[in-house]
Amino acid sequence: MKNINDSKSVRRPLVADHIKSLPKSGIRAFFDLVNTMDDVISLGVGEPDFTTPWTIRETGIFSLEKGHTSYTSNLGTIALRREVCRYVRQNYNVEYSPENECIITIGVSEALDIAMRALLNPGDEVIYTEPCFVSYPAEVRMAHGVPVPVETYVDDAFALDPARLREKITPRSRVLLLNFPCNPTGAVMSREKLLEVAEIAIENDLVVITDEIYSELLYEGEHVSIASLPGMRERTIFLHGFSKAFAMTGWRVGYACGPHEIIDAMMKVHQYAIMCASTTSQEAALEALRNGEKSMLEMRESYRERRNLMVSGFNRIGLDCLLPKGAFYTFPSIRSTGLSSTEFAEKLLKAERVAVVPGPAFGACGEGFVRCCYASSVEDILEAIERIDRFVKSLKK
Amino acid sequence: MKEEKILQLLNENARMSLAEMALRAEMAENEAEAAIQSLEKSGVIRGYKPILNEAELGENKVKALIEVRVTPRREGGFDQVAQRIARYPEVTDLFLVSGSFDLLLTVEGNSLNEVASFVSAKLSTIEGVLSTSTAFLLKKYKESGRIMQNDEEYKRLKICP
Repeated sequence: MKNINDSKSVRRPLVADHIKSLPKSGIRAFFDLVNTMDDVISLGVGEPDFTTPWTIRETGIFSLEKGHTSYTSNLGTIALRREVCRYVRQNYNVEYSPENECIITIGVSEALDIAMRALLNPGDEVIYTEPCFVSYPAEVRMAHGVPVPVETYVDDAFALDPARLREKITPRSRVLLLNFPCNPTGAVMSREKLLEVAEIAIENDLVVITDEIYSELLYEGEHVSIASLPGMRERTIFLHGFSKAFAMTGWRVGYACGPHEIIDAMMKVHQYAIMCASTTSQEAALEALRNGEKSMLEMRESYRERRNLMVSGFNRIGLDCLLPKGAFYTFPSIRSTGLSSTEFAEKLLKAERVAVVPGPAFGACGEGFVRCCYASSVEDILEAIERIDRFVKSLKK
Repeated sequence: MKEEKILQLLNENARMSLAEMALRAEMAENEAEAAIQSLEKSGVIRGYKPILNEAELGENKVKALIEVRVTPRREGGFDQVAQRIARYPEVTDLFLVSGSFDLLLTVEGNSLNEVASFVSAKLSTIEGVLSTSTAFLLKKYKESGRIMQNDEEYKRLKICP
Protein backbone atom coordinates (compact mmCIF):
# COMPACT_ATOMS: atom_id res chain seq x y z
CA MET A 1 0.00 0.00 0.00
CA LYS A 2 1.15 3.49 -0.80
CA ASN A 3 2.39 5.41 2.20
CA ILE A 4 -0.05 8.24 2.67
CA ASN A 5 2.76 10.62 3.63
CA ASP A 6 4.41 10.19 0.24
CA SER A 7 1.46 11.90 -1.35
CA LYS A 8 2.38 14.84 -3.55
CA SER A 9 -0.65 16.64 -2.24
CA VAL A 10 1.02 17.32 1.11
CA ARG A 11 3.00 20.50 0.46
CA ARG A 12 3.86 21.72 3.93
CA PRO A 13 6.07 20.13 6.63
CA LEU A 14 4.19 17.46 8.49
CA VAL A 15 5.90 18.08 11.82
CA ALA A 16 6.07 21.30 13.83
CA ASP A 17 9.48 23.01 13.81
CA HIS A 18 10.04 22.88 17.55
CA ILE A 19 9.34 19.15 17.63
CA LYS A 20 11.38 18.42 14.53
CA SER A 21 14.41 20.11 16.09
CA LEU A 22 14.03 18.09 19.27
CA PRO A 23 16.73 15.42 19.49
CA LYS A 24 15.66 11.87 20.32
CA SER A 25 16.76 10.87 23.79
CA GLY A 26 20.46 9.96 23.76
CA ILE A 27 19.59 6.88 25.73
CA ARG A 28 17.34 5.64 22.96
CA ALA A 29 20.11 4.86 20.44
CA PHE A 30 22.08 3.01 23.06
CA PHE A 31 18.98 1.11 24.10
CA ASP A 32 18.53 -0.13 20.53
CA LEU A 33 22.12 -1.35 20.44
CA VAL A 34 21.86 -3.19 23.78
CA ASN A 35 18.64 -4.84 22.69
CA THR A 36 20.40 -6.62 19.84
CA MET A 37 22.67 -8.45 22.30
CA ASP A 38 22.21 -11.35 24.68
CA ASP A 39 23.49 -11.92 28.23
CA VAL A 40 24.20 -8.28 28.83
CA ILE A 41 24.60 -7.17 32.43
CA SER A 42 22.77 -3.88 32.37
CA LEU A 43 23.64 -1.08 34.75
CA GLY A 44 21.68 1.17 32.41
CA VAL A 45 18.26 1.06 33.98
CA GLY A 46 16.61 3.96 35.75
CA GLU A 47 14.14 2.07 37.88
CA PRO A 48 14.05 -0.13 40.97
CA ASP A 49 14.76 -3.84 40.53
CA PHE A 50 12.05 -4.66 43.06
CA THR A 51 8.52 -5.61 42.20
CA THR A 52 5.93 -3.32 43.81
CA PRO A 53 5.36 -4.52 47.42
CA TRP A 54 2.54 -7.06 47.54
CA THR A 55 0.22 -5.05 49.78
CA ILE A 56 0.21 -2.30 47.14
CA ARG A 57 -0.31 -4.69 44.23
CA GLU A 58 -3.06 -6.47 46.15
CA THR A 59 -4.83 -3.17 46.75
CA GLY A 60 -4.72 -2.48 43.01
CA ILE A 61 -6.23 -5.91 42.32
CA PHE A 62 -8.91 -5.37 44.96
CA SER A 63 -9.75 -2.00 43.44
CA LEU A 64 -10.44 -3.75 40.12
CA GLU A 65 -12.42 -6.51 41.84
CA LYS A 66 -14.64 -3.90 43.43
CA GLY A 67 -15.21 -2.49 39.97
CA HIS A 68 -13.56 0.88 40.56
CA THR A 69 -13.03 1.42 36.87
CA SER A 70 -14.42 4.88 36.17
CA TYR A 71 -12.76 8.32 36.05
CA THR A 72 -11.82 10.06 39.27
CA SER A 73 -12.06 13.80 39.77
CA ASN A 74 -9.55 15.71 37.62
CA LEU A 75 -7.33 16.47 40.59
CA GLY A 76 -7.33 12.84 41.69
CA THR A 77 -9.27 11.13 44.48
CA ILE A 78 -9.67 13.28 47.56
CA ALA A 79 -8.54 10.36 49.74
CA LEU A 80 -5.21 10.18 47.93
CA ARG A 81 -4.77 13.98 47.90
CA ARG A 82 -5.36 14.09 51.66
CA GLU A 83 -2.85 11.34 52.24
CA VAL A 84 -0.32 12.99 49.92
CA CYS A 85 -0.64 16.31 51.76
CA ARG A 86 -0.19 14.56 55.10
CA TYR A 87 2.88 12.74 53.78
CA VAL A 88 4.38 15.95 52.37
CA ARG A 89 3.73 17.85 55.60
CA GLN A 90 5.31 15.09 57.70
CA ASN A 91 8.33 14.42 55.55
CA TYR A 92 9.03 17.70 53.76
CA ASN A 93 7.71 20.24 56.23
CA VAL A 94 5.40 22.10 53.85
CA GLU A 95 1.67 22.43 54.28
CA TYR A 96 -0.66 22.15 51.25
CA SER A 97 -4.42 22.02 51.05
CA PRO A 98 -5.69 18.75 49.56
CA GLU A 99 -8.69 20.68 48.19
CA ASN A 100 -6.87 22.91 45.74
CA GLU A 101 -3.10 22.76 46.15
CA CYS A 102 -2.43 19.18 45.11
CA ILE A 103 -2.94 17.34 41.82
CA ILE A 104 -2.39 13.65 41.07
CA THR A 105 -0.62 13.12 37.74
CA ILE A 106 0.68 10.37 35.49
CA GLY A 107 4.06 10.26 37.17
CA VAL A 108 6.34 13.23 37.68
CA SER A 109 6.78 13.32 33.89
CA GLU A 110 3.26 14.58 33.36
CA ALA A 111 3.47 16.88 36.38
CA LEU A 112 6.57 18.48 34.87
CA ASP A 113 4.93 18.82 31.46
CA ILE A 114 1.79 20.52 32.74
CA ALA A 115 3.85 22.74 35.05
CA MET A 116 5.90 23.97 32.08
CA ARG A 117 2.81 24.54 29.96
CA ALA A 118 1.11 26.37 32.81
CA LEU A 119 4.08 28.61 33.58
CA LEU A 120 5.84 29.49 30.35
CA ASN A 121 5.22 32.16 27.79
CA PRO A 122 7.09 31.57 24.50
CA GLY A 123 10.73 32.53 24.97
CA ASP A 124 10.74 32.30 28.75
CA GLU A 125 13.96 30.82 30.06
CA VAL A 126 14.10 27.79 32.30
CA ILE A 127 17.34 27.25 34.18
CA TYR A 128 18.05 23.65 35.11
CA THR A 129 21.10 21.79 36.38
CA GLU A 130 23.11 19.50 34.13
CA PRO A 131 23.81 16.57 34.07
CA CYS A 132 20.10 15.95 34.45
CA PHE A 133 17.22 13.64 33.66
CA VAL A 134 16.96 13.36 29.86
CA SER A 135 13.49 14.92 29.60
CA TYR A 136 14.17 18.32 31.14
CA PRO A 137 15.38 20.38 28.16
CA ALA A 138 12.84 18.70 25.87
CA GLU A 139 9.98 19.44 28.27
CA VAL A 140 10.98 23.11 28.21
CA ARG A 141 11.14 23.24 24.41
CA MET A 142 7.80 21.49 23.99
CA ALA A 143 6.28 24.27 26.09
CA HIS A 144 7.97 26.86 23.83
CA GLY A 145 10.45 27.83 26.52
CA VAL A 146 14.21 28.18 26.25
CA PRO A 147 16.26 25.66 28.23
CA VAL A 148 19.28 27.18 29.98
CA PRO A 149 21.57 24.59 31.57
CA VAL A 150 23.72 25.44 34.56
CA GLU A 151 26.52 22.93 34.82
CA THR A 152 27.36 21.06 38.00
CA TYR A 153 30.82 19.62 38.59
CA VAL A 154 32.42 16.70 40.29
CA ASP A 155 34.44 19.12 42.49
CA ASP A 156 31.15 20.27 44.07
CA ALA A 157 29.96 16.67 44.27
CA PHE A 158 27.56 17.72 41.47
CA ALA A 159 25.64 20.08 43.76
CA LEU A 160 24.44 23.36 42.27
CA ASP A 161 26.92 26.18 42.90
CA PRO A 162 24.83 29.31 43.63
CA ALA A 163 27.47 31.53 41.98
CA ARG A 164 27.13 29.65 38.68
CA LEU A 165 23.37 29.92 38.93
CA ARG A 166 23.66 33.70 39.28
CA GLU A 167 25.64 33.89 36.02
CA LYS A 168 22.76 32.31 34.09
CA ILE A 169 20.09 34.75 35.16
CA THR A 170 18.73 37.11 32.48
CA PRO A 171 15.64 39.32 32.32
CA ARG A 172 13.87 36.38 30.61
CA SER A 173 14.60 33.90 33.38
CA ARG A 174 11.31 32.58 34.62
CA VAL A 175 11.74 29.14 36.15
CA LEU A 176 14.44 27.27 38.04
CA LEU A 177 14.13 23.49 37.80
CA LEU A 178 15.88 21.43 40.47
CA ASN A 179 16.26 17.69 40.95
CA PHE A 180 18.00 16.62 44.16
CA PRO A 181 18.81 13.84 44.88
CA CYS A 182 19.81 13.90 41.23
CA ASN A 183 19.45 11.46 38.38
CA PRO A 184 22.17 10.72 37.07
CA THR A 185 24.70 11.91 39.66
CA GLY A 186 23.04 11.02 42.97
CA ALA A 187 24.00 14.52 44.17
CA VAL A 188 22.15 16.26 46.99
CA MET A 189 21.99 19.88 48.19
CA SER A 190 22.98 21.00 51.68
CA ARG A 191 20.59 23.28 53.56
CA GLU A 192 23.14 26.14 53.34
CA LYS A 193 23.48 25.93 49.56
CA LEU A 194 19.74 25.56 49.14
CA LEU A 195 19.19 28.71 51.24
CA GLU A 196 21.47 30.63 48.87
CA VAL A 197 19.61 29.25 45.86
CA ALA A 198 16.30 30.24 47.47
CA GLU A 199 17.61 33.76 47.99
CA ILE A 200 18.53 34.02 44.30
CA ALA A 201 15.09 32.73 43.30
CA ILE A 202 13.35 35.32 45.45
CA GLU A 203 15.65 38.14 44.33
CA ASN A 204 14.93 37.38 40.67
CA ASP A 205 11.30 36.45 41.13
CA LEU A 206 11.77 32.92 39.76
CA VAL A 207 9.30 30.09 40.11
CA VAL A 208 11.08 26.96 41.34
CA ILE A 209 10.04 23.51 40.19
CA THR A 210 11.58 20.92 42.47
CA ASP A 211 11.50 17.30 41.32
CA GLU A 212 12.07 15.32 44.51
CA ILE A 213 11.26 11.88 43.13
CA TYR A 214 14.38 10.36 44.74
CA SER A 215 14.02 12.08 48.12
CA GLU A 216 13.24 8.94 50.14
CA LEU A 217 16.33 7.28 48.72
CA LEU A 218 18.79 9.29 50.79
CA TYR A 219 21.55 7.39 52.57
CA GLU A 220 23.22 10.11 54.63
CA GLY A 221 22.17 13.40 56.14
CA GLU A 222 18.81 15.18 55.99
CA HIS A 223 16.68 15.84 52.94
CA VAL A 224 15.66 19.49 52.71
CA SER A 225 12.94 20.53 50.31
CA ILE A 226 13.43 24.01 48.91
CA ALA A 227 9.65 24.43 49.23
CA SER A 228 10.05 24.43 53.02
CA LEU A 229 12.50 27.35 53.12
CA PRO A 230 11.30 30.82 54.10
CA GLY A 231 9.51 32.67 51.30
CA MET A 232 9.62 29.68 48.94
CA ARG A 233 6.28 27.93 49.33
CA GLU A 234 4.49 30.66 47.39
CA ARG A 235 6.83 30.31 44.38
CA THR A 236 7.59 26.59 44.39
CA ILE A 237 5.99 23.60 42.68
CA PHE A 238 6.84 20.44 44.55
CA LEU A 239 6.86 17.34 42.34
CA HIS A 240 6.94 13.84 43.67
CA GLY A 241 5.60 10.38 43.00
CA PHE A 242 5.63 6.70 43.83
CA SER A 243 7.85 5.22 41.13
CA LYS A 244 11.22 5.11 42.84
CA ALA A 245 10.61 4.83 46.58
CA PHE A 246 7.75 2.34 46.28
CA ALA A 247 9.00 0.56 43.14
CA MET A 248 5.91 1.61 41.17
CA THR A 249 7.33 2.88 37.85
CA GLY A 250 4.81 1.04 35.68
CA TRP A 251 1.81 2.34 37.63
CA ARG A 252 2.57 5.84 36.36
CA VAL A 253 1.43 7.89 39.31
CA GLY A 254 2.87 11.06 40.79
CA TYR A 255 1.73 14.43 42.06
CA ALA A 256 2.37 18.14 42.19
CA CYS A 257 1.79 20.43 45.16
CA GLY A 258 1.97 24.19 44.98
CA PRO A 259 0.20 27.47 45.45
CA HIS A 260 -3.47 27.37 44.50
CA GLU A 261 -3.10 29.67 41.51
CA ILE A 262 -0.47 27.50 39.83
CA ILE A 263 -2.16 24.17 40.63
CA ASP A 264 -5.36 25.60 39.20
CA ALA A 265 -3.59 26.47 35.94
CA MET A 266 -1.91 23.05 35.80
CA MET A 267 -5.31 21.50 36.43
CA LYS A 268 -6.65 23.16 33.28
CA VAL A 269 -3.95 21.56 31.11
CA HIS A 270 -4.34 18.22 32.89
CA GLN A 271 -8.12 18.30 32.57
CA TYR A 272 -8.05 18.77 28.82
CA ALA A 273 -5.02 16.62 28.02
CA ILE A 274 -5.29 13.78 30.51
CA MET A 275 -8.59 13.87 32.38
CA CYS A 276 -7.26 12.03 35.42
CA ALA A 277 -4.59 9.57 36.52
CA SER A 278 -5.43 5.86 36.44
CA THR A 279 -8.00 5.00 39.12
CA THR A 280 -6.39 1.65 39.94
CA SER A 281 -2.99 3.29 40.32
CA GLN A 282 -4.39 6.02 42.57
CA GLU A 283 -5.92 3.46 44.92
CA ALA A 284 -2.70 1.46 44.98
CA ALA A 285 -0.73 4.65 45.65
CA LEU A 286 -2.94 5.38 48.63
CA GLU A 287 -1.98 2.00 50.07
CA ALA A 288 1.70 2.80 49.45
CA LEU A 289 1.43 5.90 51.64
CA ARG A 290 -0.63 4.17 54.29
CA ASN A 291 1.21 0.87 54.62
CA GLY A 292 4.24 0.91 52.35
CA GLU A 293 6.82 2.51 54.59
CA LYS A 294 8.32 -0.68 55.98
CA SER A 295 8.91 -2.13 52.51
CA MET A 296 10.29 1.19 51.34
CA LEU A 297 12.83 1.27 54.18
CA GLU A 298 13.90 -2.30 53.42
CA MET A 299 14.43 -1.43 49.77
CA ARG A 300 16.42 1.65 50.75
CA GLU A 301 18.67 -0.40 53.01
CA SER A 302 19.28 -2.78 50.16
CA TYR A 303 20.17 0.10 47.77
CA ARG A 304 22.52 1.55 50.37
CA GLU A 305 24.39 -1.72 50.60
CA ARG A 306 24.68 -2.02 46.84
CA ARG A 307 25.76 1.59 46.49
CA ASN A 308 28.69 0.98 48.80
CA LEU A 309 29.53 -2.19 46.94
CA MET A 310 29.57 -0.48 43.56
CA VAL A 311 31.42 2.66 44.63
CA SER A 312 34.16 0.72 46.41
CA GLY A 313 34.38 -1.54 43.36
CA PHE A 314 34.93 1.35 40.92
CA ASN A 315 37.52 3.01 43.10
CA ARG A 316 39.31 -0.30 43.57
CA ILE A 317 39.69 -0.78 39.80
CA GLY A 318 40.87 2.78 39.28
CA LEU A 319 37.72 4.56 38.09
CA ASP A 320 37.25 7.55 40.40
CA CYS A 321 33.77 7.52 41.83
CA LEU A 322 32.15 9.75 44.44
CA LEU A 323 29.93 8.17 47.07
CA PRO A 324 26.55 9.58 45.99
CA LYS A 325 24.28 10.45 48.90
CA GLY A 326 20.99 9.73 47.19
CA ALA A 327 19.02 8.10 44.32
CA PHE A 328 20.35 4.78 42.96
CA TYR A 329 23.05 5.84 40.53
CA THR A 330 26.80 6.11 40.63
CA PHE A 331 28.53 8.44 38.20
CA PRO A 332 32.14 7.26 37.93
CA SER A 333 34.74 9.16 35.91
CA ILE A 334 36.19 7.25 32.96
CA ARG A 335 38.68 10.00 32.03
CA SER A 336 41.65 7.89 33.12
CA THR A 337 40.92 5.53 30.20
CA GLY A 338 41.45 8.28 27.61
CA LEU A 339 38.16 7.34 25.93
CA SER A 340 35.09 9.52 25.47
CA SER A 341 32.04 8.41 27.44
CA THR A 342 30.30 7.10 24.35
CA GLU A 343 33.38 5.22 23.14
CA PHE A 344 33.79 3.75 26.60
CA ALA A 345 30.17 2.60 26.78
CA GLU A 346 30.15 1.13 23.26
CA LYS A 347 33.49 -0.64 23.59
CA LEU A 348 32.61 -1.96 27.02
CA LEU A 349 29.32 -3.29 25.73
CA LYS A 350 30.95 -5.03 22.78
CA ALA A 351 33.98 -6.38 24.66
CA GLU A 352 32.43 -7.39 27.97
CA ARG A 353 28.67 -7.11 27.54
CA VAL A 354 28.11 -4.61 30.31
CA ALA A 355 25.74 -1.73 29.58
CA VAL A 356 26.31 1.66 31.19
CA VAL A 357 24.87 4.96 30.02
CA PRO A 358 27.29 7.56 28.60
CA GLY A 359 27.29 10.76 30.71
CA PRO A 360 26.58 13.15 27.79
CA ALA A 361 23.09 11.57 27.47
CA PHE A 362 22.35 13.75 30.52
CA GLY A 363 23.96 16.93 29.21
CA ALA A 364 27.25 17.95 27.62
CA CYS A 365 29.03 18.35 30.95
CA GLY A 366 28.44 14.66 31.62
CA GLU A 367 31.35 13.96 29.24
CA GLY A 368 34.02 11.91 30.99
CA PHE A 369 31.48 10.06 33.10
CA VAL A 370 29.07 7.15 32.78
CA ARG A 371 25.92 6.45 34.75
CA CYS A 372 25.68 3.09 36.47
CA CYS A 373 22.55 2.09 38.31
CA TYR A 374 22.94 -0.08 41.38
CA ALA A 375 19.32 -1.22 41.38
CA SER A 376 20.75 -4.48 40.10
CA SER A 377 21.49 -7.75 41.88
CA VAL A 378 24.63 -7.98 44.03
CA GLU A 379 25.96 -10.80 41.83
CA ASP A 380 25.46 -8.68 38.72
CA ILE A 381 27.19 -5.68 40.31
CA LEU A 382 30.18 -7.76 41.38
CA GLU A 383 30.36 -9.47 38.00
CA ALA A 384 30.02 -6.14 36.16
CA ILE A 385 32.85 -4.59 38.18
CA GLU A 386 35.03 -7.56 37.34
CA ARG A 387 34.26 -7.26 33.64
CA ILE A 388 34.84 -3.50 33.64
CA ASP A 389 38.15 -4.10 35.41
CA ARG A 390 39.17 -6.54 32.68
CA PHE A 391 38.07 -4.05 30.02
CA VAL A 392 39.96 -1.12 31.55
CA LYS A 393 43.11 -3.24 31.89
CA SER A 394 42.84 -4.36 28.27
CA LEU A 395 42.93 -0.71 27.18
CA LYS A 396 46.28 -0.19 28.84
CA LYS A 397 47.94 -3.03 26.95
CA MET B 1 24.76 -4.23 65.45
CA LYS B 2 27.38 -6.02 63.32
CA GLU B 3 26.02 -9.40 64.38
CA GLU B 4 22.54 -8.24 63.47
CA LYS B 5 23.72 -7.37 59.95
CA ILE B 6 25.52 -10.70 59.60
CA LEU B 7 22.37 -12.54 60.68
CA GLN B 8 20.31 -10.58 58.15
CA LEU B 9 22.69 -11.59 55.37
CA LEU B 10 22.81 -15.24 56.47
CA ASN B 11 19.03 -15.28 56.59
CA GLU B 12 19.00 -14.01 53.03
CA ASN B 13 21.53 -16.60 51.89
CA ALA B 14 23.46 -18.78 54.31
CA ARG B 15 25.82 -19.79 51.52
CA MET B 16 26.89 -16.24 50.75
CA SER B 17 30.65 -15.99 50.29
CA LEU B 18 32.65 -14.35 53.06
CA ALA B 19 33.90 -11.81 50.54
CA GLU B 20 30.38 -10.71 49.60
CA MET B 21 29.24 -10.74 53.20
CA ALA B 22 32.18 -8.57 54.24
CA LEU B 23 31.52 -6.10 51.41
CA ARG B 24 27.84 -5.82 52.18
CA ALA B 25 28.26 -5.59 55.95
CA GLU B 26 31.15 -3.14 55.48
CA MET B 27 33.64 -5.10 57.54
CA ALA B 28 36.81 -7.07 56.92
CA GLU B 29 36.46 -10.71 55.91
CA ASN B 30 38.10 -11.98 59.09
CA GLU B 31 35.78 -9.77 61.11
CA ALA B 32 32.74 -11.29 59.40
CA GLU B 33 34.14 -14.76 59.92
CA ALA B 34 34.73 -14.06 63.61
CA ALA B 35 31.17 -12.74 64.00
CA ILE B 36 29.74 -15.92 62.47
CA GLN B 37 31.94 -18.11 64.66
CA SER B 38 30.86 -16.29 67.78
CA LEU B 39 27.20 -16.62 66.81
CA GLU B 40 27.73 -20.35 66.27
CA LYS B 41 29.68 -20.77 69.49
CA SER B 42 27.12 -18.95 71.63
CA GLY B 43 24.38 -21.12 70.18
CA VAL B 44 22.44 -18.37 68.43
CA ILE B 45 23.07 -20.21 65.17
CA ARG B 46 22.16 -23.88 65.51
CA GLY B 47 22.76 -24.94 61.95
CA TYR B 48 22.11 -24.28 58.27
CA LYS B 49 19.84 -26.14 55.88
CA PRO B 50 18.47 -25.63 52.39
CA ILE B 51 14.88 -24.61 51.73
CA LEU B 52 13.57 -27.39 49.51
CA ASN B 53 10.70 -27.75 47.15
CA GLU B 54 10.29 -31.52 47.68
CA ALA B 55 7.66 -31.68 44.97
CA GLU B 56 10.35 -31.01 42.36
CA LEU B 57 12.65 -33.50 44.00
CA GLY B 58 10.09 -36.25 43.38
CA GLU B 59 10.42 -37.29 46.99
CA ASN B 60 7.52 -39.10 48.64
CA LYS B 61 8.22 -38.31 52.27
CA VAL B 62 5.21 -37.62 54.41
CA LYS B 63 4.92 -34.69 56.75
CA ALA B 64 2.29 -33.94 59.32
CA LEU B 65 1.45 -31.09 61.68
CA ILE B 66 0.37 -32.50 65.01
CA GLU B 67 -1.46 -30.62 67.72
CA VAL B 68 -0.94 -32.09 71.15
CA ARG B 69 -2.83 -31.42 74.37
CA VAL B 70 -0.75 -32.04 77.46
CA THR B 71 -1.18 -32.06 81.25
CA PRO B 72 1.58 -29.90 82.64
CA ARG B 73 3.68 -31.66 85.25
CA ARG B 74 4.19 -30.27 88.71
CA GLU B 75 7.60 -28.49 88.74
CA GLY B 76 8.43 -29.52 85.16
CA GLY B 77 5.55 -27.62 83.51
CA PHE B 78 5.32 -28.28 79.78
CA ASP B 79 9.07 -28.53 79.36
CA GLN B 80 9.46 -32.08 80.59
CA VAL B 81 6.90 -33.53 78.20
CA ALA B 82 8.10 -31.31 75.36
CA GLN B 83 11.74 -32.30 75.80
CA ARG B 84 10.74 -35.91 75.83
CA ILE B 85 8.88 -35.54 72.57
CA ALA B 86 11.70 -33.50 71.05
CA ARG B 87 14.15 -36.38 71.40
CA TYR B 88 12.36 -38.44 68.75
CA PRO B 89 14.17 -37.95 65.44
CA GLU B 90 10.81 -38.16 63.64
CA VAL B 91 9.89 -34.82 65.21
CA THR B 92 11.44 -32.04 63.11
CA ASP B 93 9.91 -28.98 64.80
CA LEU B 94 8.24 -28.48 68.12
CA PHE B 95 6.65 -25.43 69.66
CA LEU B 96 4.68 -24.56 72.77
CA VAL B 97 1.73 -22.48 71.60
CA SER B 98 -1.19 -20.57 73.02
CA GLY B 99 -4.76 -21.56 72.17
CA SER B 100 -6.85 -24.69 72.40
CA PHE B 101 -3.88 -27.08 72.40
CA ASP B 102 -0.40 -26.86 73.88
CA LEU B 103 2.28 -28.29 71.62
CA LEU B 104 2.54 -28.05 67.86
CA LEU B 105 4.97 -30.34 66.12
CA THR B 106 5.93 -31.37 62.66
CA VAL B 107 6.70 -35.00 62.08
CA GLU B 108 8.36 -36.54 59.09
CA GLY B 109 8.22 -40.13 57.91
CA ASN B 110 8.65 -42.28 54.81
CA SER B 111 5.00 -43.22 54.58
CA LEU B 112 1.58 -42.46 55.97
CA ASN B 113 1.81 -45.65 58.01
CA GLU B 114 5.11 -44.72 59.52
CA VAL B 115 3.79 -41.38 60.77
CA ALA B 116 0.51 -42.92 61.93
CA SER B 117 2.28 -45.58 63.94
CA PHE B 118 4.62 -43.00 65.45
CA VAL B 119 1.60 -41.07 66.66
CA SER B 120 -0.32 -44.03 68.02
CA ALA B 121 2.55 -46.08 69.41
CA LYS B 122 4.90 -43.40 70.67
CA LEU B 123 3.48 -39.92 70.89
CA SER B 124 0.05 -40.59 72.35
CA THR B 125 1.39 -43.03 74.93
CA ILE B 126 3.76 -40.54 76.52
CA GLU B 127 2.73 -39.78 80.06
CA GLY B 128 1.01 -36.41 80.20
CA VAL B 129 -0.18 -36.44 76.58
CA LEU B 130 -3.97 -36.08 76.65
CA SER B 131 -4.83 -36.07 72.97
CA THR B 132 -3.37 -35.53 69.51
CA SER B 133 -4.75 -34.23 66.25
CA THR B 134 -2.82 -34.97 63.08
CA ALA B 135 -2.96 -32.99 59.84
CA PHE B 136 -1.00 -34.43 56.92
CA LEU B 137 0.61 -31.82 54.66
CA LEU B 138 -0.69 -31.98 51.10
CA LYS B 139 1.14 -29.18 49.34
CA LYS B 140 3.72 -26.58 50.26
CA TYR B 141 3.21 -23.04 49.02
CA LYS B 142 5.77 -21.15 51.05
CA GLU B 143 8.52 -21.90 53.52
CA SER B 144 10.90 -19.61 55.38
CA GLY B 145 9.87 -16.65 53.24
CA ARG B 146 10.32 -18.45 49.91
CA ILE B 147 7.36 -19.01 47.62
CA MET B 148 7.44 -22.41 45.89
CA GLN B 149 5.59 -21.50 42.73
CA ASN B 150 7.82 -20.21 39.95
CA ASP B 151 6.48 -17.02 38.46
CA GLU B 152 6.92 -16.49 34.77
CA GLU B 153 10.03 -14.45 34.15
CA TYR B 154 9.21 -10.79 33.76
CA LYS B 155 11.61 -8.79 31.63
CA ARG B 156 12.40 -5.18 32.40
CA LEU B 157 13.80 -2.75 29.89
CA LYS B 158 17.57 -3.04 29.74
CA ILE B 159 18.13 0.69 29.41
CA CYS B 160 15.81 3.44 30.56
CA PRO B 161 16.14 7.06 31.60
